[in-house]
Amino acid sequence: MAANPQDITELVRSRNVYSAGFITDIESDKVPPGLSEDVIRLISAKKEEPQWLLDFRLKAYRRWLKMTEPKWAHVEFAPIDYQSISYYSQPKSMKDGPKSLADVDPKLLETYSKLGIPLREQEMLAGVQNVAVDVVFDSVSVATTFKSKLREAGVIFCPLSEAVASHPELVQKYLGSVVPFGDNFYAALNSAVFTEGSFVFIPKGVRCPMELSTYFRINERNTGQFERTLIICEEGASVSYLEGCTAPQRDENQLHAAVVELVALDDAVIKYSTVQNWYPGDEEGRGGIYNFVTKRGDCRGPRSKISWTQVETGSAITWKYPSCILRGDDSVGEFYSVALTNHRQQADTGTKMIHVGKNTKSTIISKGIAAGHGQQSYRGLVRVLESATGARNYTQCDSLLIGSHCGAHTFPYTEVRNPSARLEHEATTSKIAEDQLYYCRARGIGEEEAVGMIVNGFCKDVFKELPMEFAVEAQKLLAVSLEGAVG
Amino acid sequence: MLLEIKNLHARVETKEILKGLDLTVKAGEVHAIMGPNGAGKSTLSHVIAGREGYAVTDGEVLFNGKNLLELEPEARACEGIFLGFQYPVEIPGVSNITLLKAALNARRKYRGEKEIEPGDFLAWVRDRAKLVKIDPKMLSRGVNEGFSGGEKKRNEILQMLILQPTLMILDETDSGLDIDALRIVADGINTMRAPERATILVTHYQRLLDYVQPDFVHVLAGGRIVKSGGPELAKELEDKGYGWLEAA
Repeated sequence: MAANPQDITELVRSRNVYSAGFITDIESDKVPPGLSEDVIRLISAKKEEPQWLLDFRLKAYRRWLKMTEPKWAHVEFAPIDYQSISYYSQPKSMKDGPKSLADVDPKLLETYSKLGIPLREQEMLAGVQNVAVDVVFDSVSVATTFKSKLREAGVIFCPLSEAVASHPELVQKYLGSVVPFGDNFYAALNSAVFTEGSFVFIPKGVRCPMELSTYFRINERNTGQFERTLIICEEGASVSYLEGCTAPQRDENQLHAAVVELVALDDAVIKYSTVQNWYPGDEEGRGGIYNFVTKRGDCRGPRSKISWTQVETGSAITWKYPSCILRGDDSVGEFYSVALTNHRQQADTGTKMIHVGKNTKSTIISKGIAAGHGQQSYRGLVRVLESATGARNYTQCDSLLIGSHCGAHTFPYTEVRNPSARLEHEATTSKIAEDQLYYCRARGIGEEEAVGMIVNGFCKDVFKELPMEFAVEAQKLLAVSLEGAVG
Repeated sequence: MLLEIKNLHARVETKEILKGLDLTVKAGEVHAIMGPNGAGKSTLSHVIAGREGYAVTDGEVLFNGKNLLELEPEARACEGIFLGFQYPVEIPGVSNITLLKAALNARRKYRGEKEIEPGDFLAWVRDRAKLVKIDPKMLSRGVNEGFSGGEKKRNEILQMLILQPTLMILDETDSGLDIDALRIVADGINTMRAPERATILVTHYQRLLDYVQPDFVHVLAGGRIVKSGGPELAKELEDKGYGWLEAA
């Protein structure tokens, strides 16, 4: 909350950097649509950022201007007008800056309670859930819980903007070190305009004493959300992190272009789980989130391990490939994914496993479910470099089709430059068999429940990788997302 | 009257399989339906259970006086009809216990009862599993996933023992079983015999009927019941085959 106590309008006015037009609009707490160096300077100023971060943003922006959107994904959408998006939005009641949970707008709390997020510390202290939550509402982090308990363990878990102020040396060292500012079109855009996100630092030898969790939520109309998450595990440290996303129903499409960077040093373990339930658009394909995300983990030290688990049920369009760079010898990368597309949803998702170190191992388990007119693509790359003697990969991609208007596609790529590498790939596509449904119904189970049960069975290998309470949530989400998929 | 089938005509795709079938089953009775391949035995089972693709073109099926043909398959099951499948279906990743619990609770919900307590449920399942010699460990495996032919059939009987239906239709449950498994399956069926329940055994062989004494034996041929009698009819069929009936 570092930026909030001061009246930003006053701040900017006194600096007299921006045009009058901007100043009027600042009072509405939302930057007017459009992207320019001025807007980036404004965001940076609002967040009271150091010069090096502004420079990072501007470099990324200048690179982005020269880039074009990737066209290779198996998705279709109308061109995005980047000048019609507002790049910064702050709920009005946040203007004076809540000092504690008691000051937070009850409506915000209500929103989170509807989402089932245990925001109030007392609830958590009562033992409801041993999870620390950092909540992001549009661009400003509302509340961070359990900070003190984590601090005792030496763990830093706070909004990224706060970390920029409190631990600039760590942020500067690691930000952009896994996903460079010019990595791809959306990552460059994010690097230029990112507004919020979480920062996690687990020092040497520390096992994070609780699951860390961030819920992101897009609320404001016509705003993009560009959060940026940075997780660092030092030597021998470990953490399990859960990201959950939801967005309310809107008729327009909204852009979400996040970047997540993970760094695992020697023997460190990072487990990153996502339950993504952005608004998928209606049955005709109106509205919904465009989720164009760059997630990458760097197994920088030997014997380190990064594990991605994702359950993707939302978004109109998903473009997402959580990846691992297996740099350290004997490091391990894992990717477990369930992606569901219903109605007119399109998903092009998968992973990249880049084997650099010796005896590196990667596992890819991808379960795609397509229903309605949903289109589902798995796209995965396994690259074994010359240096990666003894590298191993196991890939399994299964697709399940419900109905006859949906599609599932698999695009596996492999590049092997070391003859000692061993790669295994298995892929299946199946339809929910009529006889399975009939069998369940002949036992008294209704059609929708039966479909839910069969789909959950199909996803079991992935759900078992999720932390317990989130596995339950994921099953429920799948059931809700499949409503109306049969019959 | 538990089940009344009158002049039932049914087709699968364009082929008429059942051509005016009549059958009446009272509570407490065990009926065996025998007949040559392709006579319509399995079709009859699926028409009663409500499988899609089996179109009833004429006649009626009443269960406890209710028009069964208007009900969805799941509602028929909740009304108390159980079909033991000739080829039990595998559902990977869905444990037997999950299926059983969902099935049992669906039935309770249908009747306006509360869901079963998890503890009571497990005790009930373990107790019933013993009767058909199913290792409780198998219950946490996927439904019929990797089960042998005999295990699949015993699993059908286990489901029946747990769901406690009033009308049990066992479609060639005895086929492919060795003698020990046949005994276990027969014991399971006999356990369920009660004045308020009835059983329809669809079978090719006399063998099962040595263990489960039927009250009536029917011969289904050419889509109709062509002959009915007592247990002695099954023995006659075993000796003479079906040829003499089809010719008639």
